[in-house]
Order: sequence, then C-alpha cells, then structure tokens
Amino acid sequence: MAEPLAGRAEADAHHLAENVMHFGRVLRDAGLRIGSDRIALALQALQQGGLASRRDFKATLAACLLDRADHRLLFDQAFHIFWQDPDLMGRVMAMMLPSVESRAEGRSGTPPAQNRRLAEALFPRAAELPQAAPPPEQRIELDAALSFSQREQLRQRDFDTMTVEEWAAARLQLRRLQPLFPRLLTRRRQPAAHGTVAWRASLRTLGRGPGLAIRHEAPRERVAPLIILADISGSMSRYSRVLLHLAHGLMNPAPSACSAGPRPRISCHVFGTRLTPITRALRQRDPDQALAAVSRQVQDWSGGTRISACLHEFNQRWARRELRSDATVLLITDGLERGDEDDGVAGRPDLAAEARRLRLSCRRLIWLNPLLRYQGFEPRAAGVRALLPEVSLHLPVHNLASLEQLAAILSERTP
Amino acid sequence: MSTEPSSIDDTQQALLAQGYVAERELACAVFLALRLQRPLFLEGEPGTGKTEIAKTLAAMLGRPLIRLQCYEGLDMAGAAYEWNYARQMLEIQLQAQGLNGQEQGDQRVDREALSRDLFGERFLIPRALLRAIDPKQDLAPVLLIDELDRADEPFEAFLLELLSDFQISIPELGTIKARQPPVVIITSNRTREIHDAVKRRCLYHWVGFPSAEREAAILRQRVPGASAALAAQIVGFVQGLRGIDLYKLPGVAETIEWSRALLELNALVLDPQTVHDTLGLLLKYQDDIARVQGSEAARLLAQIQAEAHG
Repeated sequence: MAEPLAGRAEADAHHLAENVMHFGRVLRDAGLRIGSDRIALALQALQQGGLASRRDFKATLAACLLDRADHRLLFDQAFHIFWQDPDLMGRVMAMMLPSVESRAEGRSGTPPAQNRRLAEALFPRAAELPQAAPPPEQRIELDAALSFSQREQLRQRDFDTMTVEEWAAARLQLRRLQPLFPRLLTRRRQPAAHGTVAWRASLRTLGRGPGLAIRHEAPRERVAPLIILADISGSMSRYSRVLLHLAHGLMNPAPSACSAGPRPRISCHVFGTRLTPITRALRQRDPDQALAAVSRQVQDWSGGTRISACLHEFNQRWARRELRSDATVLLITDGLERGDEDDGVAGRPDLAAEARRLRLSCRRLIWLNPLLRYQGFEPRAAGVRALLPEVSLHLPVHNLASLEQLAAILSERTP
Repeated sequence: MSTEPSSIDDTQQALLAQGYVAERELACAVFLALRLQRPLFLEGEPGTGKTEIAKTLAAMLGRPLIRLQCYEGLDMAGAAYEWNYARQMLEIQLQAQGLNGQEQGDQRVDREALSRDLFGERFLIPRALLRAIDPKQDLAPVLLIDELDRADEPFEAFLLELLSDFQISIPELGTIKARQPPVVIITSNRTREIHDAVKRRCLYHWVGFPSAEREAAILRQRVPGASAALAAQIVGFVQGLRGIDLYKLPGVAETIEWSRALLELNALVLDPQTVHDTLGLLLKYQDDIARVQGSEAARLLAQIQAEAHG
C-alpha cells in the first residue's frame, strides 16, 4: 500500500520541481535576473517547509527568488497568474479570447492588472496568434486616459542622428566641466609615496628583504556623484537635445578622459509634466542609440512644465535612493512654470519648499539656465524667483562651452 | 528556547514569545535562513524592526549577538581583523636585543622565523566578522551587519567570501573558517542598491510597514501600559499619517516611542493639543510637521473617532 503512495509523492514532487523551474523561467523572461542557483535554492527551501499554505509557499518562493524591492509587484502578479490555476493552458486560452474571459469572470474573480512585460514573458507568442478585436470596454478606457492627460501633450519625439561635429563639440564641452566634479577625500586609504605610515605593509617587508622598509599611505579620493535634472518642456525644447548629449557624454566619457581618475556616479532624470529616469537608457555607449532609447521612454516632450511637482516627485521617490549628501545636483531649466496654472489646487507642492528640500539633501545645487545668457535677464517669473534663493550657483548654460560652439549647435535646432 | 524552530509556525511563536510580532512572510524567511544556513538580507523603511529581528533571534536561540554597524569607509581593518602593530614593533625590538646578545651567526633563519611569528594569531586583533566565525567558540553567534547601504561599495566585496563560505582569508596567516556557520542578518535602509553579488548569496525579505492589526499587536507587546482604547487611537492616527504624502513616513519604532511618550504625559485619549505637542516624536522633518499640524491632524483625529463610533 505504501509503495504506490510513495511513488506518487515522488511524482508530485517532481511535478512541483518542474513547475517551480518553469515559474523561475517566466520571471527570468519578465526581466528578473534569476540564476539556476536561485531556483535550486527555492527547491531546497521547499523541502524544509512552506508547502502548508499558499501564503507560505509564496513567501518561500519570494525569499529565494527575489532580490530587490522593485520586483515585488511583478513577482506578485506572476505568482497570481502562474499558481492560481493548475490548468495553465486554460488561463492562456482565457487571455487569448476576451469573450471567454468575460464569461469566466464570475467564476475566477477579476483578473489582476497585468504587466505587459509579464504578459509577454508568459505568452511569448501571443502577438503572433490571431488577435480577437479588443472588447469595447477597453477602448473606452483608452479614450478616458487620453482625455485625462490632454494637457501633457503626449508626443513622441524623434531624434535624428548626431553629426560628427556635434559629437566633437559635445566632447569638447565636457572637458570644461571639471569644476562640476569636486574631488572628495574618503576614509579609505591607498599606498602613496608620502603620507602616514602604513604599518601593515611596512611590517610585511620584513619577510622579503633585509630590515624594515617603511611604506606610506594616503586617503583615497572620490569624485562627488552628479545628478542631472533636465527640463525638456516646450520652452526648453531648443536645448533639450544638446543637454541630453551632454548628459550622455558625461556618463560615457571618451577613453582619454577615463584615465584622468575615478569616474563619478551619474544619474539623470528629465522632466516636463512628469519625471522620467533615463539613467539606464543613457548607459548605451552609442549616443544615437542612447538618445533613441530616451525618446522612446519619455512621454512628455515639449509639453508644459510642472517644475514643483516634478521636484516633489524626485524628493519623495528618488532622493533617498540616489541623492547622497555629497552629491552635486545639476538642475537644468529656465524656471518657467507653464501649461497648467489653473490646476493650482491646495495639494500642489510649493516650488520654493521643494527646491529647499533638494538643496538640504545635497552638497551643491547648481542651476543651469539658458535664459541667463541674454543681457538684462531679470528674475521676474514666479518660478525663477522661488528657485533663485535656494541654489548655490546660477549659471548660464553657455558657460559650459565656448559661446560660439553652443550657439552653433543651438541655431541648428532653432525652428 | 535555544533549539532551532522546527516549522514556520514554530518560528512565529518563538519570535512572539520574545516580544517580536512577525508577519508570516518574515517568519518564513527567518525559518528558511536558519534551516538552509543562508544569510538573510532585510530591506525596508527605517524603524520597521529590521535590527530588532537580529536581537530577538539571538535571545530566542540563546546565542551571542555580534553587531557590525556599517559606515562610510569601513574596511577590513575595522570589520574583520587588524594586526597589532605596536606589539609587533615591540617584538622586533626584543628579538633584535636578543640577537645582539647571542652570536650573530644564523641571522637569516632568524629573520624568517621572526616574520612568521610576527604574523601569528598572537598579534591578530579580531573584529566583528572574524569573531563571528571563530572556530574556537562553542556556539555560533548571530551576526548582524547593520545598515550595509551606509558602507561604500568596495566594502561589499569584502563580504562575499564570508557570506558564501563563512570564511575569511588572511594573506599572512591563512584561511579561517567557521566550524558552525553563524546566523547572518544583513539590513539595509535602501539609500542605495546593494550589489547583486551580495544579494545572490542571501535570502531576501522586504520589511514593510505593518498592517493596523499587526501594529496594534506590536503595541500590546511593547507598550503594555497603554490602554486598548489609546492604542487603537494611536495605531489609527499613525496609519492615517502613512496615507499622507510625507517626506518621511513614521515607522513602528516611532509609533512605540510616541506611545511611551503619551503614557508619560498621562494621556488617556488623543486630543488635538497633545498631538500638536508631541508630533516631533513621529515626524522628523519640519516640512512634514508643518503639513500635518493643525487641520490635517484634526481631520485624522475626527476620522479615528468616527471609525471608533461607527
């Protein structure tokens, strides 16, 4: 009697192991970096327990397969879909055919809002299959979304490729940016010709040659991290391309510039009506590919500006993760809030307060203002007056490069 | 108490017996960390009980707690071991005097012996990491590596060998390996992302803010003096605060501190004046305090009262 039962348990365990493996692969396809060692760990963990309830099972898989907070949501959704229904094929059919789904809804509850990336990982060939027409409800939803964000003037913008001269000019600008990267001393030390005595290294010389040779060490230097917040709204559209080139050049310095010393950690966000982190997109070495990636990601080219709301979002969501107290923040904007003055409801963040928050959490807040290059610039706009007292440096953008070169690049883009 | 828990339920119970109200997911991660002998990497907002879990585990398992507080510039000398240079220098001096007394025949051999002797265990000062894997101890300790995100990135590389094999290689001496692996808890406030290589060696758990029920249970455990009515109001108020768009949300540690303060002030119920006076215990940024003080606090209080009656 015990024989077939044991055999069956083994078969079940095998089945489970296979499913966990498939689940891991789904997560991997969805962009989580899960090595086979993590899957092996999960299987090992499941032998210890975690099969008592669905919640335990999920917690066990999460502890073994996850390694960052950002992925929790994706994991939850994947878990929900993958383990909800043992009949996965049934789910697939349900997802393929909207009409079936709507009838099944009463039975299985409402499906969770699913991530597109995840859907593609789960059903990689969904796009190739003949798609039924989307149900009418969905279309209404889309319309609603569009009318809601009407003010943002969602517009994808195509960058044309960079000319050789532009590229050379951008490189040239970078060399003039050295003051943006102050060297800071760290508490870590390195061997040096002069400095304090390095006792450990000195005593080790005893084993090698005659007598004790005194070695020295000095504090290691580090370059202050840089955070770029660039305005890409309508009023800045003439400059935004150049600014992105600038940011890309800073993140991918020419090989000759690399040898100059430690490289700074740079992160970059752009904002118009919403804040978009583009650090990852700019890591591509090729400037045109990088800018193409940025333009795919950014939704609010040349729209209105909500500086205070975007600074608020940065302070809330990103500052704690990216902004160290020794960082330099480069705020590139003309300081003109425009577009939606009328939605100035009570909840709207105060620009001066947000700028102060930003200044208090970094080492230096530098404002690059393209308008400053005009003679007789006066801080009249409300946004400019709110920002001015909070910044450590207020520079015209044309200080970065030679005036002629920047003007040449700008004039090319002038509509 | 010093035996390891045998199941997830058991872990949750044992933690509760030590006064730590753990959610099911955390108990599961802890249980697995103990069973699989893997380090546990805890990430989450400040004041949600990440450090506390290590202390509780040490008490629960009856093992010593070794704590390494990370800071910028922490290196091997501060974290793992250092050579006692003063004693080494003294030893050189003594040996030199001894040599002068003898015939100066076989100096070369003596130098090698000296350098071998100088880098022996006698001159080694163990720091937290080395003490945690000391093979001579009977009980493997609980090693808490606190706020790893405060240390700089090069330091993470130091940890890799320790986390995967529970050993430290000292170039002059050799490899020191733990006889029994310690329980390792690593915490991070996520002021930056920790490198994948570290995370890959650990089990991961995100410690979030507790639900209202769990927060009430924590208050019952930690501040037994507070009446049920006051505790319910406190939890309601703090949970309400977490719904507001604040720069820094109050953690459980702040809730406990605030409850203790309210007890000291002999408050029986929350009233606007008391909240106004003690808000600094919950919120640590002037902008946040200014935002909540007055109407927002009054709104939250009214909301709690409505819920209590409704």
